[in-house]
Amino acid sequence: MSWAFTFDVALTALVLGVAIWTLSLRENFGAVVAFAVYGLTLTLVWLRLGAPDVALTEAAIGSGLTGALLLAAAARLRSTEAAIAAESPGGGVRVAAAVLSAIVAGGIVLAVLALPVPAPSLAPNAVADLAATGLGNAVTGVLMAYRAADTLLEKVVVLIAVIAVWSLADSRVWGGRPGPAHRAEPDGALAFLARRLPPLGIVAGVYIAWVGADMPGGAFPGGTIIAAMWLLTIMAGVKDTPPISSRGLRLALTVGPAVFLAVGLCGFFIADAFLAYPVAYAKPLIVLVEVGMVLTIAVSLGLLMAGPPERSGK
Amino acid sequence: MAMTAFLLVAACFVLVMVALGLTRILRGPGDADRMMAAQLMGTGGMGTLLLFAVATGASAAIDVALVLALLSVFASVAFVKGAAGTDAQDHKDDA
Amino acid sequence: MSLVLDIFSIVAICAGAFFFLAGTAGLLRFPDALTRLHALTKADNLGLGLVVLGLLPHVDGVLEGLKLVAIWAAVLLASAIVSQLIARVARRESEPQ
Repeated sequence: MSWAFTFDVALTALVLGVAIWTLSLRENFGAVVAFAVYGLTLTLVWLRLGAPDVALTEAAIGSGLTGALLLAAAARLRSTEAAIAAESPGGGVRVAAAVLSAIVAGGIVLAVLALPVPAPSLAPNAVADLAATGLGNAVTGVLMAYRAADTLLEKVVVLIAVIAVWSLADSRVWGGRPGPAHRAEPDGALAFLARRLPPLGIVAGVYIAWVGADMPGGAFPGGTIIAAMWLLTIMAGVKDTPPISSRGLRLALTVGPAVFLAVGLCGFFIADAFLAYPVAYAKPLIVLVEVGMVLTIAVSLGLLMAGPPERSGK
Repeated sequence: MAMTAFLLVAACFVLVMVALGLTRILRGPGDADRMMAAQLMGTGGMGTLLLFAVATGASAAIDVALVLALLSVFASVAFVKGAAGTDAQDHKDDA
Repeated sequence: MSLVLDIFSIVAICAGAFFFLAGTAGLLRFPDALTRLHALTKADNLGLGLVVLGLLPHVDGVLEGLKLVAIWAAVLLASAIVSQLIARVARRESEPQ
């Protein structure tokens, strides 16, 4: 029994334990914190399974950002928590839910164990054709070259999600600033952190986005880090949320999908199809699209977290 | 190689320490204890990741540890801001 | 030379693991949220720092070493501030309502 196996056993026990803990907590705040911890343990699992890109995204989105988002939702629901807790389902419903979950989990386990070794996969094909794109990371190759249309549509969906969140605003404050005004002691500890950490964080985010061409990384984790740093300055009261009517903000939101679309349409003229890249310019074009995407992702995720406008601008 | 085995043992050890710490925080009453869970998992998880990265030569894990560091800070601040009672007016010594 | 580096790493990582153990022992045994917070942040920070120190001779390349040090610096800064903030929440909870 090697030490790597021991590590895996310990990790599996930890994941299961944290999952059971998350389900057993009765009040929202504790459950959200437990869910964030669960995301962090999953990061380790992804690494053990040899998927560092997924691990990066899990650490960025699955624990940090989703935890904060769920917490904001829990805060808005705090007044109804008592009423919901009083209506908890009876024992019979819970047993049925547990049995159903166990059957689904068991089915997945059996399906995974029944896979032939080596499992059928397109990964060798993806890696074999990577040289034509000039990239070194197969995951980025899939995202930006083989399935670029999917990635473009995802960016548009994120933009629609931001608009949907904005649509929840009261019509009197349309065009205003999202979220409450965070007032913090300017010399306080949190303001100090919000001044010192974001520079390092932004450098790290740009690094992760840049290095995604050849190593695990990419625009999405990089943009998420930058969004988290921006949100940190907002939560500390160092900067205020921008009014949603601001031109610069709307430009930043749309530059990612716009550049992606423009490059795709150029594909008709300089290559042979929509979103096709000419072999000589593939990597510069991909990098250009990624730069736009990092900005859009950072601003979109920040706005999704900040919520609908609640105060009038200026 | 002995060094690799040692690093893996250390990674296992830190993981077990984190698990033990989490079991205590589970029972802890109050929001402050729960927030500590994110801190513990963040720091311990990073320790495990870094040991693991050098043990198996997977240098991507170091990047993941960097992302984890930054995002767990953000998550901790979000938790503190979102805990019950912090939406009252700030006191003079609050940040 | 590499034997000296190996011994240095082993000593540093063992010390780091000891501090993680101390932090967890504090978490399990201390009676109060504030004392538990102290055990957690101080011991785990030192533990992580020593682990980083022990791993520095074994990374390949200056960039990776820089990343390790950057991680450590970020954790030091963030953990100091966050433990302050959590302590305020703990104090607010323990105040009589």
